[in-house]
Amino acid sequence: MDRIYLFALQAAFVPIAAPFFIGLTRRVKAIFQDRKGASPFQPYRDLWKLFHKDEVISKDASWVSRYAPYLIFGSLLSVGAAIPVFSDAGFSLFGDFLAMIYLLAFGTFFLALAGLDAGGGFGGFGASREMLVSALSEGGLIFSLFALAVAARTTNLAGIARGIAGVSFTDFTPIIIAFVGFFIALLAETMRYPFDNPATHLELTMIHEAMILEFSGKRLALLEWASGMKYLIFILLGVNLFFPWGLYGGFGPALVVSAIVVFLKATVLAVVVAIIESTMAKMRIFRLPDLLFTSFVISIIAIGLLV
Amino acid sequence: MSGVIASPIAFFSTLCFFAVGSIGSLLFSRRDSVAAIWANVFAVLGSLASLIFAVNSLVTGKIVSFSYASNFSILSFTFRIDALSAFFVGLIGLIALMASIYAFGYLKHYYQRYNLGVLGFFYNVFLASLILVAAAHNAIFFLLAWETMSLASFFLVIYEHREETNVAAGTLYLIMTHIGTAFIFFAFLLLYKATGTFDFSAMRAGLASSSSVVKGMIFLSALFGFGAKAGIIPLHIWLPSAHPAAPSHVSAIMSGVMIKTGIYMLIRICFFIMPSVPLWWGVVVLLLGAVSSLLGVLYALSEHDLKRLLAFHSIENIGIILLGLGSAMIFLSFGLPGLATIGLVAALYHTMNHATFKALLFLGAGAVISATHTRNIEEYGGLIKRMPQTALFFLIGAMAISALPPFNGFFSEWLTFQAMFQGVVTAGVFTKAVFITAIGSLAFTGGLAAACFVKAFGVTFLGRPRSIKAGNAPEVSGSMRISMAVLSLLTLAFGFFSGMISSILKNIALSLPNLESADTTTVMHITFSAVTAVFATISMPSILLFLAVGIMVAAVLTVFVSRRQKIIRNITWDCGTNLTPRMEITATGFSRSIITIFQGILKPTKQMDVEYHDSELRYFPKIGVVHLGLTDVYERYFYRPAAHFFLKISEQVKKIQNGNINAYVSYVFITLIVLLIAFAI
Repeated sequence: MDRIYLFALQAAFVPIAAPFFIGLTRRVKAIFQDRKGASPFQPYRDLWKLFHKDEVISKDASWVSRYAPYLIFGSLLSVGAAIPVFSDAGFSLFGDFLAMIYLLAFGTFFLALAGLDAGGGFGGFGASREMLVSALSEGGLIFSLFALAVAARTTNLAGIARGIAGVSFTDFTPIIIAFVGFFIALLAETMRYPFDNPATHLELTMIHEAMILEFSGKRLALLEWASGMKYLIFILLGVNLFFPWGLYGGFGPALVVSAIVVFLKATVLAVVVAIIESTMAKMRIFRLPDLLFTSFVISIIAIGLLV
Repeated sequence: MSGVIASPIAFFSTLCFFAVGSIGSLLFSRRDSVAAIWANVFAVLGSLASLIFAVNSLVTGKIVSFSYASNFSILSFTFRIDALSAFFVGLIGLIALMASIYAFGYLKHYYQRYNLGVLGFFYNVFLASLILVAAAHNAIFFLLAWETMSLASFFLVIYEHREETNVAAGTLYLIMTHIGTAFIFFAFLLLYKATGTFDFSAMRAGLASSSSVVKGMIFLSALFGFGAKAGIIPLHIWLPSAHPAAPSHVSAIMSGVMIKTGIYMLIRICFFIMPSVPLWWGVVVLLLGAVSSLLGVLYALSEHDLKRLLAFHSIENIGIILLGLGSAMIFLSFGLPGLATIGLVAALYHTMNHATFKALLFLGAGAVISATHTRNIEEYGGLIKRMPQTALFFLIGAMAISALPPFNGFFSEWLTFQAMFQGVVTAGVFTKAVFITAIGSLAFTGGLAAACFVKAFGVTFLGRPRSIKAGNAPEVSGSMRISMAVLSLLTLAFGFFSGMISSILKNIALSLPNLESADTTTVMHITFSAVTAVFATISMPSILLFLAVGIMVAAVLTVFVSRRQKIIRNITWDCGTNLTPRMEITATGFSRSIITIFQGILKPTKQMDVEYHDSELRYFPKIGVVHLGLTDVYERYFYRPAAHFFLKISEQVKKIQNGNINAYVSYVFITLIVLLIAFAI
């Protein structure tokens, strides 16, 4: 029974907390820009507002646009339920990190199709760039997580968290190197600087925002929420797989402590992302592959040190 | 009942169906519809019979074998359908069944245009020869079947002979397949010399004492010969032109199962005939797989002919199959038959999956082509509204080939990944590097395949029609939709029942002599709902369940939160201008950035032709045309120099034959002297 509670708690955390981390990142960026910025809870109000608006769907759009937001949101919900959030208890619910990466690709696939569906120029180019970035970041993502799998001798996510927790500080160098590779993939997959500008859909900077340009109302809310969930999922993977200290295996009062620890770690990583966004310029699209291949090569170095 | 099915008579009945089908359709060739229906009815019966026969033989585990001697001592008609053969016979039967059902509707657009009796004849001969290739157990008999298969498929490729490109494609196919066959001949002759037999089972015993150099030569020539049929890069050049030329249901069979016969024979040779496998064989196969998979998908991205695009994906998927096969061979050479079993199961699983989803995609492409009469993606667009069911089936195929869960392609790629992960953990330094290269290529292949199919599906079915033909396209006939629907369900079912199918494939792998000693209890654990391969577990049913629950939560949530909101249909945001189809992204534009990034490998070309109003005064251009393409690296750096080389040698050799009788007499004299001296020494 405890396991069911724990599972429900973990599965609910990602969708519930995701808007907060988006808001937090925006707030930190605002402070860097010498603005006061909105409260970190503003995204919740935005979502509420969007859910209660009428929506416009293009005449050229097909059922792909109608159902894609549900498919994308659903796939991210299931990924959020399968990753270690507060606990590294053995939830190998449906598989390992490959299953997770390909489920995320499922969402990306439909997002790109939704971008193409209405036949607008913006959506099409957004989809093209999205598939470019996600195809090239997959190598770095798989290899950085594979480095952990080599160290932990399992590719199951909870197993990786337990295995890395047992790695001593003296052997931690390869894990840090793999994290650098992962972090680049994180920025690419969650469409943040220097890959994409999450704050605008201006032509020159657009990837994610361009694909969802045709959406409004509840479907836009689902897509925005889903992209927040993806951001939180990557942050949680970063802190819970690479630095899995403080994860509690059971269900009890100690879980509160582990929840606080995870929350703090995730906050730190979100702030780091915000700082990078504030201090870095966006790159030209043809410079991005260099960065993504760097992530791939760095992860190979980490694997080389581990095997 | 199962005893009756598992008899030689049952097997021959399948061949009889094809024979009746082929001869009958020739006889009725005056009446298009009669010939087409006759041929397809018997093709359906024959493939259904072979499917039942194969499934029965896999379930009961009985080996059906029988032999008929012929007038020639070296040729005997030996059949032996063991588990491996039964798997391929069943796969051929399944895909042929679907393609034949599809053909009832598809062939209608050939009526009055081409001779359907001839098509029916070669189609049935082709199917029969495919089954014989998988069932033959004598090298000479095998070669007869192989050659029949090649010739029948050649005639199917040039069936639409009024288009010149098709005849050129057929010629290239004929040349390449015969170069390959020459190498296969050579491999079998070497085997005969080493073992004194043409029987596959007897070869194994004879090879025990032969030298590793001979075995290496046998392996290399077999790899070359069967690799040419499978479409391994750089022997693939015939494939992207031959597969699109054939009628679509034939393309589905060629891409789905015919190229797999090359894989079948590689497995047969490396795991059945050869008593042992040295490390370098596996490394070669693994690297070829890595190159084929990555380059295959990159070439596919640059294509805007729908069937050529799919043909390049066949090369990619053959590469993925080789990754599984190569890792199995490497593990075998290290004496790790347990891990080798995982690699082989991955290869067999992907063979099966690729056959289903690629057949589905080719049939879908055929449906689109028969509705729009063009193969150019840029002329499609918006077909999802005109052909909603075809669009759904094509989408399912696209998701399966992009390895997206919960479909079958994901599971076999996962298993391939796991087999290669084991290679990184267990093997020596050099082999680790090889495995890391292979994993890297598979990692990028997955993402690029998804990008390619977003392009293929998006540009074909979504947006607005880009041509009048696409705007008026009708949905295709019932028989075509039924076969696509069944294949779509199969892609889902092969993913869902991954546990059950893996254990069947494991038994097939364990029935091969090189893996008989394998102990898989520690490395592979299979239940209905989950498969554990050494250090990871996956459960396809729960992935499906999780996805379904997630999507339902999203739907319920929106129903509860935003119930009263209206949906307004309006035009796409057009920045104040009038949207035209030319404002949509094109297939070329979609993939151009990826091609630019990989320009070191792909070598894109750009040629601009401008026509001026006044050719003297070159100021006012009338029409500007830009040709974007890729340099054919293989033709330029391999095939053309090779052809040049052979021509030069021939020129030199020709000089011997100078027409002077005195010279010929002197050749005889010199030869005699040389021989006398040689014998004296």
